[in-house]
Amino acid sequence: MAGDVLLEARGLTKRFPGVLANDSVDLLLHRGEILGLLGENGAGKSTLVKMLFGIHQPDEGDIYFKGQAVTNDGPGEAIARGMSMVHQHFQLVPPLTVAENIVLGNEPISRGFFNKRAAEKRVREISEQYGLTVEPTDVVGDLPVGIQQRVEILKALYRGAEMLILDEPTAVLTPQETDELLVILRQLAADGVGIIFITHKLREVLAVTDRVTVLRQGKGVGTAETANSTSASLAELMVGRSVVLRVEKDEAAPAEPVLIVNDLHVRDDRRQLVVEGATLQVRAGEILGVAGVEGNGQRELVEAITGIRPIDTGSAVVDGTPVGSKPRAVRELGVAYIPEDREKDGLVGGYSIADNLVLATYYEEPFASRGVRDFDAVAQQAEELVEQFDVRTPSINTPVQSLSGGNKQKVIVARELSKENRLVVASQPTRGVDVGSIEFIHNQLITARDAGAAVLLVSAELDEIFGLADRIAVIYEGRIVAELDPTTTTREEVGLFMAGGG
Amino acid sequence: MTEQNPSWQRQLVVPILAVVLGLLAGALLILLTGDNPLTAYGGLMAGSLGSAEGIGRTLDKATPLVLGGLAVAFAFKAGLLNIGGQGQLLLGAVFAAWAGFDFDLPAIVHIPFALVIGGLAAALLGALSGYLKAKRGTHEVISTIMLNFVAANFTEWLVSRDGPWKDPDGGAIARTPAILPSAEFPRVGELPTGFLVAVLAAVVIWWIVARSTLGFEIQTVGANPNAARYAGISVPRIIIIAMTISAFLAGLGGAIQTQGVIGRFEPGFNTGLGFDGITIALLARTNALAVVPAALLIGGLDAGSTLMQSRTNVEPEIINVIQAFILFFVAAPSAVRWLLRLRNAADEPEVQLAGGWGA
Repeated sequence: MAGDVLLEARGLTKRFPGVLANDSVDLLLHRGEILGLLGENGAGKSTLVKMLFGIHQPDEGDIYFKGQAVTNDGPGEAIARGMSMVHQHFQLVPPLTVAENIVLGNEPISRGFFNKRAAEKRVREISEQYGLTVEPTDVVGDLPVGIQQRVEILKALYRGAEMLILDEPTAVLTPQETDELLVILRQLAADGVGIIFITHKLREVLAVTDRVTVLRQGKGVGTAETANSTSASLAELMVGRSVVLRVEKDEAAPAEPVLIVNDLHVRDDRRQLVVEGATLQVRAGEILGVAGVEGNGQRELVEAITGIRPIDTGSAVVDGTPVGSKPRAVRELGVAYIPEDREKDGLVGGYSIADNLVLATYYEEPFASRGVRDFDAVAQQAEELVEQFDVRTPSINTPVQSLSGGNKQKVIVARELSKENRLVVASQPTRGVDVGSIEFIHNQLITARDAGAAVLLVSAELDEIFGLADRIAVIYEGRIVAELDPTTTTREEVGLFMAGGG
Repeated sequence: MTEQNPSWQRQLVVPILAVVLGLLAGALLILLTGDNPLTAYGGLMAGSLGSAEGIGRTLDKATPLVLGGLAVAFAFKAGLLNIGGQGQLLLGAVFAAWAGFDFDLPAIVHIPFALVIGGLAAALLGALSGYLKAKRGTHEVISTIMLNFVAANFTEWLVSRDGPWKDPDGGAIARTPAILPSAEFPRVGELPTGFLVAVLAAVVIWWIVARSTLGFEIQTVGANPNAARYAGISVPRIIIIAMTISAFLAGLGGAIQTQGVIGRFEPGFNTGLGFDGITIALLARTNALAVVPAALLIGGLDAGSTLMQSRTNVEPEIINVIQAFILFFVAAPSAVRWLLRLRNAADEPEVQLAGGWGA
């Protein structure tokens, strides 16, 4: 299966001011091989591939491509050599057709004009050659994300890519789309393309790669044959200690309903109705997991429940009190909220950890009295919570923006879950968080449940939903289309509902 | 606590170097025009600090600058750029004059009464900009700039030939009657007491920002309005409050100008004072306490320029050039570091007053 060496990197080192992002990393990729690149957030995966792709220049070390030492002075040179990269955020022009997007920058020209027919013909040829079905005349903006990703891959192949780097390609896909992508990657490898597959999802690494290189804190800590690896062994390499991947939890003991959402309609920022008749209940002492592909109204649903976004019609009621449009009033009902976008909505980057921990309670006793802040009380709470929630930081006065993703999230979790809650709304609580912190955050959510809170968990990660939820609700186009029991349903069934089938 | 101060000595480095570089650049220009920069700067020093009278003049000049600087710095904490200081100052000046000539009160009441009337008139104008921003999404830069024109023309009309507050003894001059002596800020020797009010305002504003829950709310809205909203802070309310207080401060500056320096409202005497607030706030890196020395510096340059001109042939406009250089170096700390090969301070907070359109 694997052929001769396609790419070799030796001793790549990259320093940024104050950070050693990559410390003498080696990497080897053969033709026809899929290499998983695994690591926690901030382990240096992105820096490494950006050096390979010419976006960054290595401070030390050499890159050999097809046996020759190369320096890529920018992505343009890398592409010309046959290296390509599919970014997490697609680089497509939505109003153009599939064919136009694919040939963009290297268009077939006849008599000085763009030859659209030739472009479509060529796209059809490659698409058949690699088994990547697309319709060249479709407008890209109208296509589902999975197909747009195919267009990105075709774009690379059109430019004669012999090596393909995929940066977290499955983050935006449904389980079905993910499975399709993995099949496509195997076909490409069979055709001799070398693939570097960046991910933090162990399941996908095990499913599709031939070998895995693991980075930790900028260093390559090992390369393993996938066939000889298990989730546990890879997680241990990634984190540097053994990790409990299965969440330990007791049977839920649900009591009275805390949150009742009835026929809720909510509009997004563009005034479009994106929650269209959602109905659900969460009882005290249970976790309701809301599964769905991103962009099906989850964000607007939780923002309406927490009072941040106005409700169009319908109702959301917490302990008998209808939720209005005052976030503070909702909080004071005993609602905790872990927002989906922690940097944008959950934290003030320049503020200290201590101040972020009182972001919602700064005005209450003992943190203030008569409008005057009590910094001693703020600091004392911060010391306690940093300890209790295992936030790794030099001091409570450290600005949160200098913490890692996992520690930032722990600051939010500490702020939200350290108080007594009736309802916990957690939206993508472990996105972009390292494995060790995921374990911790999951246990905190279970603890909140066991203390009698109702927990509404919104997640695009099926592993998270299956690991935590006592009941699963699937959201599709703003409606709850199925309620399922995690002990009897399957990933496939949930995935089908997520895609609008079923 | 909330303001992340790496160390205050470090924060001083760039502004001080900026002043030094600004003066050096000015010296170069004076040299080019054929004059001796040492003589010129000697005159500048003597005029601003060389005598009790000179110091008094410096303090007079600095007073509206302190308040104008505070106005800009305070609004900036909430992420707002108040360009309306000039209009707000004019309203403060004319209303303080009205309260000063139209009411007869004992000095102990009259002085603060006129001061507060001036401040409140300006605050209303600021509240309008705040309301437009909070409820209608009108960018505060646009609304405050436009309201500058409204305020300028309105105050001019008030004292024009047909205006209600025209000085009947003024002949063709557009101005209010002189305020009663009971509304005037007294001078203790050469020390204008209005300056003390300005310093007090700086301390109060610093305390509000650093210590009060309101200050925390204002800074949170300024740093990350989304997070503020998620944490339950009412962003529109804070925007209105911040603009109101900011304008109140600018209005106080105008009132003290009327009550402590001019003795009445006469439009030409207040030209440009409100805009200098932006310079001061930048120089002070929006720290309320640092606004005082920054205003003293700019006020001193201004106060000394007359003597400088009489000793040399240097036009007083050179002062504007020096100010512009200082501002340039403050606004571009990396330029200063590069010029002086200072080590890069990654923890240095950058003050950016530009940008933020459509935010």
